[in-house]
Amino acid sequence: MKTKAFRAAFPYTVPVFMGYLFLGIAFGVLLASKGYHAIWAAAMSLTCYAGSGQFVGVNLLAAPFAPLQAVLIELMVNCRHLFYGLSLLEPFRCTGRLKPYMVFSLTDETYSLQCGVTPPEGVDEGWFRFFISILDHSYWIFGSVVGALAGTLIPFDSTGIDFAMTALFTVIFVEQWESRNRHLPALTGLAVTAGCLMLFGSENFIPFALFGIAAILLASRKRLEVYA
Amino acid sequence: MIQSPIQSAITIAVIAVTILATRALPFLLFPADKETPRLIVYLGRVLPSAIIGRLIVYCLKGVSLLSGSHGLPEAIAILCVAVVHHWKHNLVLSIGGGTVLYMFLVQRIFV
Repeated sequence: MKTKAFRAAFPYTVPVFMGYLFLGIAFGVLLASKGYHAIWAAAMSLTCYAGSGQFVGVNLLAAPFAPLQAVLIELMVNCRHLFYGLSLLEPFRCTGRLKPYMVFSLTDETYSLQCGVTPPEGVDEGWFRFFISILDHSYWIFGSVVGALAGTLIPFDSTGIDFAMTALFTVIFVEQWESRNRHLPALTGLAVTAGCLMLFGSENFIPFALFGIAAILLASRKRLEVYA
Repeated sequence: MIQSPIQSAITIAVIAVTILATRALPFLLFPADKETPRLIVYLGRVLPSAIIGRLIVYCLKGVSLLSGSHGLPEAIAILCVAVVHHWKHNLVLSIGGGTVLYMFLVQRIFV
């Protein structure tokens, strides 16, 4: 049962492998540049497991010890997660005792896979979803350790390889678009975020975009609920 | 290292717990054994498309439309990924091909 679920899950995670390998390397290089051995990169990727959260975490480690400030900054960077769980309350019911791990490992990329996939016929859904999550996590740990150990030795020009993540989100966007007959939520996500990015700048736009999206979707409930 | 190993370990633990809290809160507020309010069910259904749209824009936050290559390599590559995926529905082709195309564009064409 598990082997079958693993085989079904693996192909979905390949794009995340490409993205996480290089994002993870970038993180490992950055952390090593602050004087931290690779074991620290592994520990952080194992326990924190969040792209932007860990990049910000490097800055927190490279400053004087201030745990309360770390809490506040990480809350701001990660407030988007509050919206993620809402879409997965139902799909994660099938994961049973694996559920705490499923919740812990909910990164942007894993979230978008978990929202987009349905397990093939005859594959156990709980294990299928679990393998997607744990494979993604292992790529991230692997990438960050490679980066911390040997990031500066990469022998080819990898400029632009982080586009793998953009491509992954684009693919999932296309699939969501095709599977729904109402496109207002998708267009809201694009337009509101682009608008907030222009208005508030790339440092501050995320919370505004999230609340703008939620407000528009709540206001459109009567119109959309019939189709949702 | 500015912080001692113990301070570093505490900082990392604090970060880990904070991030976990943001991820766990919706599941704690709406436990599986209780009926989820209809408003939340509705939001849960419409949010993924919107959030994935948001993530695409988020990936592009460093692109300047007014300077450099004016976002052209990004626009070309994203359009190709979307069209190829709509056409073939092949993950590796769409993402692998799109990434190689983008790397070629930024390394060779728009330098």
